[in-house]
Amino acid sequence: MGILEVKNVNKRFGGLQALGDVNLSVEEGSVHAIIGPNGAGKSTLLNCLIGKLIPDTGSVMFDGQSVLGRKPYEINQMGISRVFQTPEIFGDLTVLENMMIPIFAKRDGAFRMHAIESTERESGIIEQAEQMLESLNMADQRHNHSASMSRGNKRRLEIGMCLAQNPRLLLLDEPTAGMARADTNNTIDLLKQISDDRDITIAIIEHDMHVVFSLANRITVLAQGTPLVEDTPDKIKGHPKVREAYLGESA
Amino acid sequence: MEAIILQILNGLDKGSAYALIALGLTLIFGTLGVVNFAHGALFMIGAFCAVTLSRILTASRTVIDETKTDFLGNPLKVDVPHVYDWFGEAAGATIIDWAVPLSILFAIPVMMLIGLIMERGLIKHFYSRPHADQILVTFGLAIVLQEIIKYFYGANPIPTPAPDAFRGSFDFGAALGFDPNVIIYPYWRLVYFAFAAVIIGAVFAFLQFTTFGMVVRAGMADRETVGLLGIDIDKRFTLMFGLAAAVAGLAGVMYAPINSPNYHMGMDFLVLSFVVVVVGGMGSLPGAVAAGFLLGILESFASMGAVLEVLPGINQIIIYLVAIIILLTRPRGLMGRKGVMEE
Amino acid sequence: MLGLNKKDLKLLLIVAVLAILAPFILNPFPEDSAMAQFNAGYPDLMQRFVIFGIFAIGFNILFGLTGYLSFGHAAFLGVGSYAAIWMMKLLTMNVIPAIMLSVLFAGLFSLIVGWISLRRSGIYFAILTLAFAQMSYSLAYSVLTPITGGETGLQPKVTDPRILDGTLPQGETARANIFGLEMNSSYDLIVGGWLFTFNVGYYIAAIAMLASFYVAIRIFRSPFGTMLRAVKSNQTRMYYTGLNAKPYTLAAFVISGMYAGLAGGLLVAMDTQAGAERMFWTASGEVVLMTILGGAGTLIGPVLGAGLIKYMENILSKINKDILHQWFAFLPDGLEDFIITIVYPFIGKGWHLTLGLIFMGVVIFLPGGLVEGGQRIARLFRGKKAKESDSDKSTQSTPAE
Repeated sequence: MGILEVKNVNKRFGGLQALGDVNLSVEEGSVHAIIGPNGAGKSTLLNCLIGKLIPDTGSVMFDGQSVLGRKPYEINQMGISRVFQTPEIFGDLTVLENMMIPIFAKRDGAFRMHAIESTERESGIIEQAEQMLESLNMADQRHNHSASMSRGNKRRLEIGMCLAQNPRLLLLDEPTAGMARADTNNTIDLLKQISDDRDITIAIIEHDMHVVFSLANRITVLAQGTPLVEDTPDKIKGHPKVREAYLGESA
Repeated sequence: MEAIILQILNGLDKGSAYALIALGLTLIFGTLGVVNFAHGALFMIGAFCAVTLSRILTASRTVIDETKTDFLGNPLKVDVPHVYDWFGEAAGATIIDWAVPLSILFAIPVMMLIGLIMERGLIKHFYSRPHADQILVTFGLAIVLQEIIKYFYGANPIPTPAPDAFRGSFDFGAALGFDPNVIIYPYWRLVYFAFAAVIIGAVFAFLQFTTFGMVVRAGMADRETVGLLGIDIDKRFTLMFGLAAAVAGLAGVMYAPINSPNYHMGMDFLVLSFVVVVVGGMGSLPGAVAAGFLLGILESFASMGAVLEVLPGINQIIIYLVAIIILLTRPRGLMGRKGVMEE
Repeated sequence: MLGLNKKDLKLLLIVAVLAILAPFILNPFPEDSAMAQFNAGYPDLMQRFVIFGIFAIGFNILFGLTGYLSFGHAAFLGVGSYAAIWMMKLLTMNVIPAIMLSVLFAGLFSLIVGWISLRRSGIYFAILTLAFAQMSYSLAYSVLTPITGGETGLQPKVTDPRILDGTLPQGETARANIFGLEMNSSYDLIVGGWLFTFNVGYYIAAIAMLASFYVAIRIFRSPFGTMLRAVKSNQTRMYYTGLNAKPYTLAAFVISGMYAGLAGGLLVAMDTQAGAERMFWTASGEVVLMTILGGAGTLIGPVLGAGLIKYMENILSKINKDILHQWFAFLPDGLEDFIITIVYPFIGKGWHLTLGLIFMGVVIFLPGGLVEGGQRIARLFRGKKAKESDSDKSTQSTPAE
């Protein structure tokens, strides 16, 4: 029984079968990559996992509870954090303030007024946020405007904000898309470090083979809305079906 | 039955004005992505184009008529409009009588020009700014425009009559076989409705059947791709702003005889027109037209005595009420596209 | 002190001092001088400065922090006014219960309007609030006349029950007071040619403004304030951080509605009347203008914006052609007429034109409003100083900033 269980999920858009009988199980503590050529249904699947789309049939269970029909913030509270293709951070806030928001969210749930108490007096929040920035090597940027950072740093901050909530599952949607090589490698190193240091499950939707094979210990290949194979990276590399459906096509 | 027909007719002229303003608003929004709070001011300026032209036409020289005397026994001073000198008295009088329809010819270039200046001079710089900034700067512009008009024309409404031929009313009831004098309807309002229908039809035909219109529609749907095809879509969109300004202006010109133009009529109509656009769906041209007529007619039904007995005051709030209900149940309005204005 | 950091405390103290000394500061010209018409230190106008300051401070908590642009805030001010006048009619002419009730009612009404309107964002939100406000206005004018007095509005009457006050003595009219001290009682201080008026009503309103300002600072600096800025910045990230934006925006909406109610209640406390025109959408537009003009999202901006607009409305609008002729009398006739022709459209009845132009200028060039303008000027000076000190470095050392 994996921490995330996808069973018989189907999704149609008009005449297009976007997802057909998807079954997927993400083991706790693994780094699970979902790969596939363009139009294989990766984004649709991801949107079903985070409650943005509701599949026509089938179930998506996280830790024994259904995620379907829940609001994004409720799914997040169940322990799933999401990293977006283009970094979604609070651009108008400083780096430190960005980091404080998930810490508040973790402590207070979806809403608490704390309208009058000054931020400085909220015990430990700033310390926690600074620690987190320290571990991301971003402490020197804490008072910078986050919108003015490089894309690699925005990504780093976004991942850090997700981690600050101590999620059980970290969902990443093409985390290195549109990044320079150096930023890509930094991001890979960061994610490696996270999966080594923490008791966390990581699921990655990815296009870039370099990223997938550097990180994943389990890979599902999606083609035309259906999982083709699921195996370890070594076996996937040599799998004839995969070559035909994916590597062959993309070459 | 008679009452229902009468209310539908009553709703048509207001509905026509709403539809015309909303059409321009949504055209600007759909092409340029700009929320134009100054659109009501364009409508108002259109109405003042009619005022201006009739003032120009009645510009007079004063002569002394020796044959008559005023009540003090002095020779009577008579104003003779210059047009009498140029075209003769009969033709001149007809020209003055037809000042409002003639203003259409006068208003089209004026409004196009104002629209182009507005777009190039101001709105162009706001494409990449947030919608709130666009609302605010055009709101400021609306204030400035109406104050300029107020400075030159004063704060009081200026009666601007329709041509003599269209004064009086048409007995609809008699024509349809009901009792006479039950359903009567002023001729000019019929003209207004027909005029609005022609303008709306022309705008749609222009967008549907001309190459220019096709490019603009393609650009509304997907600006980037059209840009990639090497078409200068910005220039066309600028012209669309001019067109939208002209449509609003014409709506104003023809409305002048229905409601004497005053400097704040634009703001009064703007608020309702925005409601119309939102109800129709931001960026949807047919939605704007349909919602304009729908709300105009609903408003006039709500002011029926029988309705007011059951729901007092409903005529005052019906448009807003409908807007609230539609926005909550159909967030994109009646015919809006998905994802418009929803950051 | 007061849970504020040094910078905020300084700001609060400056505002407090300015508010207390306003009768002096706003009356810089002797009574019989030609410049006396620029004096703004008379009670009615000073009251308006601080009351509309409160209105704008509250609006800024919603718009400045969350970015939700409401075009219907005047409705809450109107509801507050009606609540206050009813309290004066039924209970007592003491303004304290009236003001408390107006805050309460405006809060409740904004809870309903906000709960519905906040289902949408962007322009849809703006239209929804506008629709609610216009509905309130129309209803106040027509169907709700028994409660609102319709076109004539409401004023306290001699025949009102006023349970706590008892019946008035013969020939007395009901006057708003605070524990017996009448709101419109003033003390005039005459120093040489100068006249300074200290008015009870103004100081009551000023205290309310300072309290509102203080609460606003606390909200800005609180985690709640940070959350509101986060809502403005990125709602997607907000949701995927396990936060529901709606309760935050609704709380901000209700708080700003209560501020509007307070302003409405205070208006009634000063002039003891309430009418539907206070709810018209142009009144909602005015508070938008004030906030943007001063600087949305800044603490002091809305107060400055409110002051500027009310000053223009009351002072600039009173300048007529005769006064202009007096001013420019020293010029040769032709030039005098020319200058007056140029200037005249922008003042007197044309003050709205000036306002519109200033507003457009601010939106185009100074998105941070007057506050940003002030900061830029300050930076310009500091920049100059820094350069000077750079060149002076060889001879003397200047302390770093």
